[in-house]
Amino acid sequence: MRSPARILAGAVRARRPAVATAGAVLLGVLLPFWVNAFWLSTLVYVLIGALGALGLDVLTGRTGQVSLGHAAFLSIGTYTAAVIGENFALPAVVWIPAAGAVAGIVGAVAAPLAFRLRGLYLAIVTIALVYIVQDAFTVWTTVSGGPGGRSLPTPSFGPLHFAKGLQLGGLVITEDGLYYYLAFLLLGIGMWFVHNLSRSRPGRAMVSVRDRELAAAVLGVNVRRTKTMAFVISSVMAGVAGAMYGSFLGFGQPSQFDLLLSIQYVVMIIVGGMGTLWGPLLGAVFVVGLPNLLQQEGGAIPFLAGGTRTTGIPVADASTVVYGVLLVVFLLLEPRGLVGLGQRMGSLVRRRRAVSPVAGASQFTGEG
Amino acid sequence: MNTFLTLGFAGLALGGVYALVALGFTVIYRSSRVINFAQGEMLALGALVTSALIADDHMAFWLAFLIGAAATGAAGLAFQLLVLRHGIGKPEFTIVMLTLGLAAVLNAVLDAAFGAEPRANGDPWGASVLHVGGLSLLWVQVWTIVAAVLLVVVFWLFNRHTKWGLAMRSAAADPEAALAVGIPLGRVYGTAWVMAGIVAAVGGVFLGAYPNSVTPALSDVGLLAFPAIILGGLESTTGAVVGGFVIGVVYEMSQGYEGTNFAQVAPFIVMILVLLVRPQGLFGSRAAERL
Repeated sequence: MRSPARILAGAVRARRPAVATAGAVLLGVLLPFWVNAFWLSTLVYVLIGALGALGLDVLTGRTGQVSLGHAAFLSIGTYTAAVIGENFALPAVVWIPAAGAVAGIVGAVAAPLAFRLRGLYLAIVTIALVYIVQDAFTVWTTVSGGPGGRSLPTPSFGPLHFAKGLQLGGLVITEDGLYYYLAFLLLGIGMWFVHNLSRSRPGRAMVSVRDRELAAAVLGVNVRRTKTMAFVISSVMAGVAGAMYGSFLGFGQPSQFDLLLSIQYVVMIIVGGMGTLWGPLLGAVFVVGLPNLLQQEGGAIPFLAGGTRTTGIPVADASTVVYGVLLVVFLLLEPRGLVGLGQRMGSLVRRRRAVSPVAGASQFTGEG
Repeated sequence: MNTFLTLGFAGLALGGVYALVALGFTVIYRSSRVINFAQGEMLALGALVTSALIADDHMAFWLAFLIGAAATGAAGLAFQLLVLRHGIGKPEFTIVMLTLGLAAVLNAVLDAAFGAEPRANGDPWGASVLHVGGLSLLWVQVWTIVAAVLLVVVFWLFNRHTKWGLAMRSAAADPEAALAVGIPLGRVYGTAWVMAGIVAAVGGVFLGAYPNSVTPALSDVGLLAFPAIILGGLESTTGAVVGGFVIGVVYEMSQGYEGTNFAQVAPFIVMILVLLVRPQGLFGSRAAERL
């Protein structure tokens, strides 16, 4: 006779990925109610960063085209949102997709670079992209407001104005909370899309281009179309992320979108795990969350200017050092990133259970 | 015409610095097929150490220069020994990202250690001027060009005519075969990183000279020099020099005639145009690929 708990456990095990996803979604929906305002805004940046990183992962992690030009597409998204949302005063339903669309078009224009150039050469040319776009925005003051930057619109959907927050009976959701749920929704759509993409014909074509471009071409994969598609998808996500980022921050400055930002996105996908669905999110938690963690808790660490202490090593420098070192550590020791680390730990736990079935049987989800 | 000549000369001097940076890139690339994204940071390290020794410890310029170059070489060696050695055999992408990690760490460390305040370079030439014909040329620019050409020639001779140069070339061509015939790969790579560090420090000191000053932001030149190396093709020393001088002149000319903003971008535009026509750079060779 099987106990109900066991039947449930069996059902859970059979649908582990679906259950894990449902758990993650539930956690994501409830999270804003547990954290204070500081961490809520950090979480918004994390989700926006994850959306951008998800796009970069399609291009670099899944298609193998190393790009250091992600910052350029983020900035295009930011300024598209600014122009359409503020200058034309159109609603968020227009400027969020438009930011993605304009960035996507620029991505399609940039894609031919990847037809001619491989590997390192492509990486370096995409650096050029960052400089060229940054310079263009610095000069094009009617769009960008020049080096001083400009303000960005706050989203509103019909009667729902983000700036006012939302009151549902006794439940109050602040402006940051609304941003959180919007970013959560957009990231969810993005991850769902990428998950389906990876199991589709174009998605498999991307992987084949990554693994062996010449072989893929010989087998009939249209390499140019595949690369273009990867560039466009990547840029669309970057554009939307850029629009959200600028809007949440409230303003956009050309100097924000420098090479360091591109590098941060590359660090996100490497630390999280390239070519994995959850890697970009995990990487973003890490790269975006770390400076804020140091900012908040820095007082506990000697020599660091954080918390209440104002002298010492600046937090930005300290976190750059930390994630530079972690980049190196992950590259050398766990190239599959945090996702790979998780899988490794998972299989370690399962193996231990297999060795001692008594201990395993007492746990909810496992049995021999 | 005088403006044109002055700008051209300033361009050659800046090109000398670029050529030195590019030489640093090629030294490493020609021995291990690694692009060092931290070359700019190494350059800033050399310049900062040198200027700090002169300003804070009242050291003589040449001694400080020597120590700065040695320190940068040591930093390169340390990175090779501690990190890069473990990355041998990993994909190209991994190696590049390792050097990018070094760049990020060095950048932050330099920022935290030396601060963003501009420092005086402390070189003996200052703003002194050489008058030739109707032109006034900065002495430091003259010496930059001389030093760049000298170092490039020395490296070229080293690479062509010494046992170590041969070892480097064979290590790059086929590391396994090189090991098999008894070439100590570790020492070859180490030497390359030390040399790249020294070259970077020399470039840094000249770049920090009048009218510039020394700040951690000098490292930006590492990125601005990319067009130079790409233009020349990664594996060619001649290419590095030609590319360096071309990009230097393009930069100074566009700054003189169009303004700073465009000057930052012009080298990159030139680079993209060249690459679209010749993806392997002007002097690079195209590799055949087997299935």
